[in-house]
This record gives sequence, structure tokens and C-alpha cells, in this order.
Amino acid sequence: MIPISWYLLLSAFLFACGVTGFLIKRNIITLFMSIELMLNGVNLSFIAFATRLGTLDGHIFVFFVMVVAAAEAAVGLAIIISVYRTRETLNVDRVNLLKL
Amino acid sequence: MTLPFWQPWLIPILPLAGALLNGLFGKRFTNSVVAAIALFFTGASFLVACAHAWVLVNSGAAALETSYGTWIRAGNFSVDFGIYIDHLSLIMMLVVTGVGFLIHVYSVAYMEHEGGYYRFFTYLNFFMFFMLTLVLANNYLLMFVGWEGVGLASYLLIGFFFLKDSAANAGKKAFITNRVGDFGFLIALFLLIQHFGTLRYAAVFDIASHFPAETAAGFLTAIGLLMLVGACGKSAQIPLFVWLPDAMEGPTPVSALIHAATMVTAGVYMVCRSNAIFSRAPIALLAVAIIGTLTSFFAATIGITQTDIKRVLAYSTVSQLGYMFMAAGVAAYSASVFHLMTHAFFKALLFLGAGSVIHGIGGEQDMRKMGGLRKYMPWTFWTMLIATLAISGIPPFAGFFSKDEILWQAFSSSHGSKIFWFSGVVTAFMTSFYMFRLIFLTFTGEYRGAQPEAHSSHDDHGHHAPHESPWLMLAPLVLLGVLSVIGGWVGIGNRFEHFLDPVIQKVSTEQNAVQTGEAAASPGGEAEGAGESKGLETALMVLSVLVAFSGLGLAWFLYVKRPELPAKIAEASGGLYRLVLNKYWIDELYSAVIIGPLVAFSRVVLWQTVDQKVIDGTVNECAVAARDVSQIVRQQQSGLIRSYAGWIAAGAAAVVAYMVWMGTR
Repeated sequence: MIPISWYLLLSAFLFACGVTGFLIKRNIITLFMSIELMLNGVNLSFIAFATRLGTLDGHIFVFFVMVVAAAEAAVGLAIIISVYRTRETLNVDRVNLLKL
Repeated sequence: MTLPFWQPWLIPILPLAGALLNGLFGKRFTNSVVAAIALFFTGASFLVACAHAWVLVNSGAAALETSYGTWIRAGNFSVDFGIYIDHLSLIMMLVVTGVGFLIHVYSVAYMEHEGGYYRFFTYLNFFMFFMLTLVLANNYLLMFVGWEGVGLASYLLIGFFFLKDSAANAGKKAFITNRVGDFGFLIALFLLIQHFGTLRYAAVFDIASHFPAETAAGFLTAIGLLMLVGACGKSAQIPLFVWLPDAMEGPTPVSALIHAATMVTAGVYMVCRSNAIFSRAPIALLAVAIIGTLTSFFAATIGITQTDIKRVLAYSTVSQLGYMFMAAGVAAYSASVFHLMTHAFFKALLFLGAGSVIHGIGGEQDMRKMGGLRKYMPWTFWTMLIATLAISGIPPFAGFFSKDEILWQAFSSSHGSKIFWFSGVVTAFMTSFYMFRLIFLTFTGEYRGAQPEAHSSHDDHGHHAPHESPWLMLAPLVLLGVLSVIGGWVGIGNRFEHFLDPVIQKVSTEQNAVQTGEAAASPGGEAEGAGESKGLETALMVLSVLVAFSGLGLAWFLYVKRPELPAKIAEASGGLYRLVLNKYWIDELYSAVIIGPLVAFSRVVLWQTVDQKVIDGTVNECAVAARDVSQIVRQQQSGLIRSYAGWIAAGAAAVVAYMVWMGTR
């Protein structure tokens, strides 16, 4: 039996990778992928706890997260295409019309 | 007790209804409708007042009190909406409604050509409401409501021609001067609440009757003196008389109603109403007498030099009010009220007559530009002559009886003094002199105004020849003239005094004991003394009549026989003449000593320091501080998504770190 702490460490590692990627990358698509990484890191800990506790709650949460992530990906990609069409760049630092 | 008809609330409410009707809808009414409404409600109020007077006198009761519910209740203290009618308020309400009605009639014609016709009658009815509230209230607080209300009405009516700067300023002056007095009155009310626990007349007088007369200054003296301050403001006594002459900026009927016959007598009414308190506070009573004497004397001297017909009458009013105060101050309250009543008749008549003169010669008020008007306006002349004879104290006109009563009381009353009497006689002489000066300057000799004939032959737009006023104005003059003749006859044989007897509380048993003790000490002296005093009274009466006639004679000599003399006398007396002509520079003194420093203080301390620096400064500093803090915080909103994300991550990390730390502790 693999101890649960290993799962949690992996989950934290995935989440930290996602955060780091989100903070240091400039390409919107990369940011998107980082977000997916964070979501999956969280999913992993849900699943780990659900299995350990023998309940279904965690699984249901994970399905919800996956559905939301799928919807987000659909909307997000559409936005990205739209941004690219109007501004011809995917660099977030240059998508800054709301800045002071 | 069952009474045939007892609805005293109608008396003040009727004029209020008139004021509301005219005030709310008057703009849409024609002038005649406005006048009809005003006259109907005032006349109805007069009739109701007459009915109540008749009922009260016939019922034989000393006073009838009706309460219409509680107004204020706080602990043991409560104030009612109540009406208290005794013989004093009965006289006041008849004078107010009766003279008021006549002046309303007069105004219908007088104000015809002025703008704001409905506004004028609204204010006038409004005034009647508050004046009646003042005299009919059953407690001091309700009286104070009326007191303030008439002040407001007076302010509105003095400033009736508000486009004229002088009228607006005179209104403000009257109002502010009155506030000084009202302040004293208000504190007197607080003291009454503190010491008596009630403001109801009946209760206050009942409690007061258990106190002996104060020999040193106590709280009764304090209450009396503070009430005197209030009365000085309202009744234009030294040192607060300065507003009344300026109040002549108002339309003449207003001067007649408010600033001669009714409102300015409110102070006298209050002192007489509070006789239970004043009689037990000899120091306050003496102050009343001294202020009254000084005022009557100084105002009379100023009256001699004035040339504006209304100002002469204004100073005459101040002087006559001083007489009333003098009478009240020697504890001759009934003489005071008697003079109040006769004065209301003849002074209203004088003002209305002056209004008729001003009306007849096209708005001129300077007596030097009048003269010879007797042949143009005989009705005005004869009625004004009657009033002048009355105010000068020439028998058998009304003023003679009341003035003589005051002089006799000043001489003989236990609170009186020969000084008061002497000053009163000198004032009577001056009164007679300046009043006949007014008559001679206005009505005899040649017309000195703009010559109308040259203009009127060519066009009608220039000056009209002096003309008599319409009958609507003359009718009140004639009625008041009749009253000025017969009004004093009620005083023959001290009937008036006995009529007011129930109102005047006999002062504490102690003093009576002293008096009876004295009487007992000189047995048989009383009858002899009475006979002696009768002879003395007659002698003084003859003297005061002689004084009145000598004033008349001097005026005749100076203004009819030798009209060049007054200017020479004025020149010869130089500085003294200028001093009196400029009203002793009282206005200038007040503006230098009180108003100037007050304005400077307000400007430098209140405006430039407190308002601009403290209040504005606080608000501005708050705004500046908010702006500065925002300046720092706004840096956070950079628009950089990664910066936001970084902060969120850092926050989340901090929360996690905290929880881990808490968990491991």
C-alpha cells in the first residue's frame, strides 16, 4: 500500500508546477495548460482521500472539476482565438488594455 | 357651571382660517375676495370675542379656563393647549379684535394700489391669530408661542416692501432686537419651571400667593427682571427700543396695528399678567418703573425733533409704552392696562390718520413738506385732532383719564415716587407739545409740498392735489375717533380699576399687616387722609391739564404764531439739538459697541477661524488623507495578470502556512 502522503506530495508538486508555470510563462496557451495542471493536482488529492476514506464524495467532486475544466477549456480557447485575431499576439503582458 | 355659549378656541382660530385661506389660495382670488375673506374672519372673531366677554361678565366668574388637551408632558411637568379668559385677557382680546378689525377695513382701501395684496392680508390675519394666542393662553409657554408668532408676523410685515433695502433691514433689526428680549423671557420660563414646576397661570399665581414679598433679591426678583428683559424687547423699552422707529418702514396700517395698538403692548400685558410675581419682587418692580420712566422721557424728547410724521408717532408710542411700564412699575396694573386700552384707540387713530395724510399727498412723510392740509382732508384733520387731544391728556378725551390715573398712582402708590410723577408730568408736557407740533405742521398754514396745480392742468400723471381718502379709510378713523373720546369714560369713578380687581393679586399678608398696623397706629387718620388725598388728586389733575394746555400753547406759538422761531431755537441750542435730532446717537452707539465687535468677532473668529479653518479644514484634510492613502494603494491595481496571480498564490500560501503552523502546534 502506497502511503497517502506520497499522493499528497505528488499532488502538491503538480499544483506548485502549475502555479509556477502560471506565474512565469507569458504565452496564454501555456497559462491555460498550467491551470489544467493545478486542477489535476487538486483532483489527485481528492481521489487519494476518497479512496483512503472509502467514500464517493471525492469522486463526485472530481467529476465536477473535470466538467468545469472542460467547459473552461472550451470557452477559454474561444477567447484565446478571439484575442489572437484582434491583437495578433498571445503574450499576456501585451494584453493590458485595463491597466492604468 | 353651564354656560350658554363657550367656544373660546374660535377666537384665535378664525383669523388663522382666514390666513390659511388667503395664504394658500389668495393668489388666484381677486382683491375683493381676498379683502372679503380677511374682513369676514376678523369680524367674526370680534363678534365671538364680544359674545364671550358678555358671557364672562354676566357669569360673575373671575376667570374661565378651558383646556383642549395636553401639548407637552414630561414627568410631573405638563403644558396644555388651554385658554384662560379673565378680565385682563378679555380687555386685550376686545382691543385686539376690535381695533384689528377696524384696521383691516382701513387696509382694504389703503393697500389697494400696492402689490402683494393677498400676502398683506395673510400676514395681517396671521398676526391676529398669534396675538390672540398670546393674550388668551392659559400658560406661559403658549403665551411664548404667541409672543414669537407676533414677532414673526411683525418681521414679515415690516419687511413687506422687501425690495426696499431699508425695509428688509428694519425687519431684521426688529427681529434680532426682539430675540435679545425673548432670550430673557425664555430664561424666566425656565426659572418658573424650576421653582414652580408649572407654567399654568392659575397654578403659578396660586403658588406665588404663598410667598411673602421678597425684601432682597431672590428668585422672584430674578424671574421678574428676566421677564422685564423680554417685555423691553417686545414693548420697545430702553435699552431695546431701537427697532420700533425703524419698524415704520412697514405699511402704515401695520404700524397702527402692530407697532402701536397691539403687539408692542404685549410686554405691558405680560407684566400685568404676572402681577402676582412682580408685586412680590419690589426690586424688579422698581426696575420696571425706572425703565418705563426713562423710556417715556427720552422717547418724548426725541419725538420733539423728528420731522417724519410716522417717526414722531413711533417715538410717541415708545414714550406712551414707557408710561404704561411706569404705571405697572408702581404696581398700578389697572392704570397701566387702562392706558394700554385708550392708547390703542388714539394711537391707532393717529397712525391711520397719518396714513391717510401720506395716502392723500402721494407718499410724502416729511412734515416740512405738508401744511395746510386741513382744507383738503377735513375728516382726517378732525379725527386726528381728537386723537391728539386724547394723547395730550385734555379732558374729556380718553387719554386724560388714563394718563391722569397713571400720574396719580405714580405720585401716591406705595411703590411710587415723586420723581416718577415729575418725569411723567414733564413727559406729558412734551407729548402735548410734539403732538400739536405735528398737527400744526401738517394741517395748518400753507401747503408746502410739490405744487400740484401746474402739473394737473396739463396731465394727470404728475402730482395730484392733496385729496381726502375714500370712505373705507375714513370710517375706521371716525369709529376710532368716537372711541378716543368716550374710551376713557369707563375709568370715571375707578370703575375700570374695580373691573380689573379680580386679576390683580393682593400682595402677601405681611405687607397688609404692616399697612393695617400703620393705619391702626394713627387712629382716625384714615378718613382725614382720604379726604386730603382727594383734594391732592384734584390738584394734580388740574396741574396735568394745565401742563397739557401749555404744551399746546407752546406748539401753537412756535409753529403757528412765530414759525421762524423753531429753526432759531434749534440753532441756538446747537449740540443739544443735534444730539436729540440724532436720537442720542443710540443707534450709532449700539453699532460701535455691540454690533461692530460682534460682526468683527463673527468675521475673524467664527467665519475665518472656526468655519474656514476648523470645519472646512477638517473636511478638506479628510479628503486629502484619503487621496494620499489611495495614491499608495492604487499601485496594486497594475493591470498585470501575473501580478494578481502572484498575490493570490502568495495569499493562498500564507493561509496554508498558517494552517500548517496551527496544526503542528
